[in-house]
Amino acid sequence: MTTAVESEPDPVVGAPPPERERRQVPGAVLTGIVLVVVLSVWQFIVRAFDVPIVLVPAPTDVLESLVDGLTDGSLLEHAWVTLQEILIGFGLAVAAALLCAFLITQSHIIDKALFPLLVMTQTIPKVAMAPLLIVWFGTGITSKVLTTALIAFFPLLINAILGLRSADPDQIDMLRSFGASRMHVLRYLQIPSALPHIFAGFDVAVVLSVTGAIVAEFVGATSGLGYVIQATNFTLDVSRTFAVLVILSAIGLALHGIVVLCNRKIVFWSAEHRTTTEQA
Amino acid sequence: MGDASTTVATEHAVELRHVYKRYTTRKARRGAPRVVDALHDVSLSVAQGEFVSIVGPSGCGKSTLLKVLLGLTRRTAGEVAFSGTGDHQHRLGMVFQQPLLLPWRTVTRNLLVSQDINHRLPPAEANERAAGMLKMLGLEEFADRYPAELSGGMQQRVGIGRALMHDPQILLMDEPFGALDAMTRDQMGMDLLRIWERDRKTVLFVTHSIPESVLLSDRVVVMTPRPGRIADVIDVDLPRPRGLENINTPEFGEIVRRIRTLLNSENSAH
Repeated sequence: MTTAVESEPDPVVGAPPPERERRQVPGAVLTGIVLVVVLSVWQFIVRAFDVPIVLVPAPTDVLESLVDGLTDGSLLEHAWVTLQEILIGFGLAVAAALLCAFLITQSHIIDKALFPLLVMTQTIPKVAMAPLLIVWFGTGITSKVLTTALIAFFPLLINAILGLRSADPDQIDMLRSFGASRMHVLRYLQIPSALPHIFAGFDVAVVLSVTGAIVAEFVGATSGLGYVIQATNFTLDVSRTFAVLVILSAIGLALHGIVVLCNRKIVFWSAEHRTTTEQA
Repeated sequence: MGDASTTVATEHAVELRHVYKRYTTRKARRGAPRVVDALHDVSLSVAQGEFVSIVGPSGCGKSTLLKVLLGLTRRTAGEVAFSGTGDHQHRLGMVFQQPLLLPWRTVTRNLLVSQDINHRLPPAEANERAAGMLKMLGLEEFADRYPAELSGGMQQRVGIGRALMHDPQILLMDEPFGALDAMTRDQMGMDLLRIWERDRKTVLFVTHSIPESVLLSDRVVVMTPRPGRIADVIDVDLPRPRGLENINTPEFGEIVRRIRTLLNSENSAH
């Protein structure tokens, strides 16, 4: 299984998690302990040295701000805007990447003509495109969706191409020995063979989508979590900034979890290989 | 087909006449292209219901021969004539060295691969045949399991069943037991004979193993490499049904010795 592009979206909050090897033995408990310890030390240092709240808030300050923001609904509203941008942008990227991957793997001409161009466009940092997209599509949701889609597109494309080309040549011979046409081979072999790779792409892209939406909101927005980060930065409400980071990390984790879950359900035949690399 | 040879008493299932296959590989940019004669003037007639093995060292063109028959590789020269007419004529069932099951399909659905491609039977009938095939293979309780849950021998049995579900005119087998351990291998050979005795399909069986070829076949085609050609065809006139106990008989040993001598003399001649 080629899971070279596997991402490891670990919690943003807290210190680096312990090594994977070690974590497998006592499992999530150890992670929880480390998290609590780190947060306690953080709390202690902030309180003990009287660190100004506009510099680094204590975990309890962040929690308070988070609860405030959630109860008065303002953070939820902004989170919903960002989530929409992420999901629509991701969906768009998936559709475009699968279509391109299909065309590139089915036609040599398209492969030769299109693929180098696509690689060339990858040398442009997509983040640099965000201001242009704002100029073209305004500060509404469209520019955010497109920035997100642009950022998520390439890893999806590469993985889908890799996947569609991963079918075992002997399996192709096997199907052809039964008189299979190209469409049969595609349907019965190449597409199922591609699924594990496509899901690996999903996993990378879904996390990149969160980045895409936030960056686009930084450039110009009137709502969304990126906008809240900028606004609270301006008013020195650092606790709220941290609260937004917590929400973003929760969104990232949830999306990653959904991808992993779908992967196990849909690509069940390669589940054994994956559970050894994913944590249990 | 329509020519004189088919009017002989035992009708052939397939006949190869002076078949050549030459691979030309261009190595890097410089240097002359490398030419490999995988098949050199191969002529062979296989009768209906006959079990024919092809033995020979690696690179003697055994597998190429099957690929040419399947149409997966184009022959350079020569003729291949199948008997029969219409749809059935070119219908060949191939069993590969690896089971090559689709891991996302259950055993039953793997058996139905040919049906999904060709839609030859009404769905209900195809399912019924698949159930019957599972029974014959002794895999009834594995109908809804996935290939990963099966042992290597069981997987290869499904591979054979899949080829038989294709209802082939000729069953082609390319070292089908090569990847199995010795014990399973013997057992599979016996299973194959049992299945074969039942409906006497024409079988072309490629193997490395001389005893295996003698145990299973009516005739053994001995091939030699560079160029890949037929050195001789040995008749195996041991009575059927055969079992593993045949291996210890002097007649059996004699035929094995003949084939081995043939292969050795051909090897040292080059």
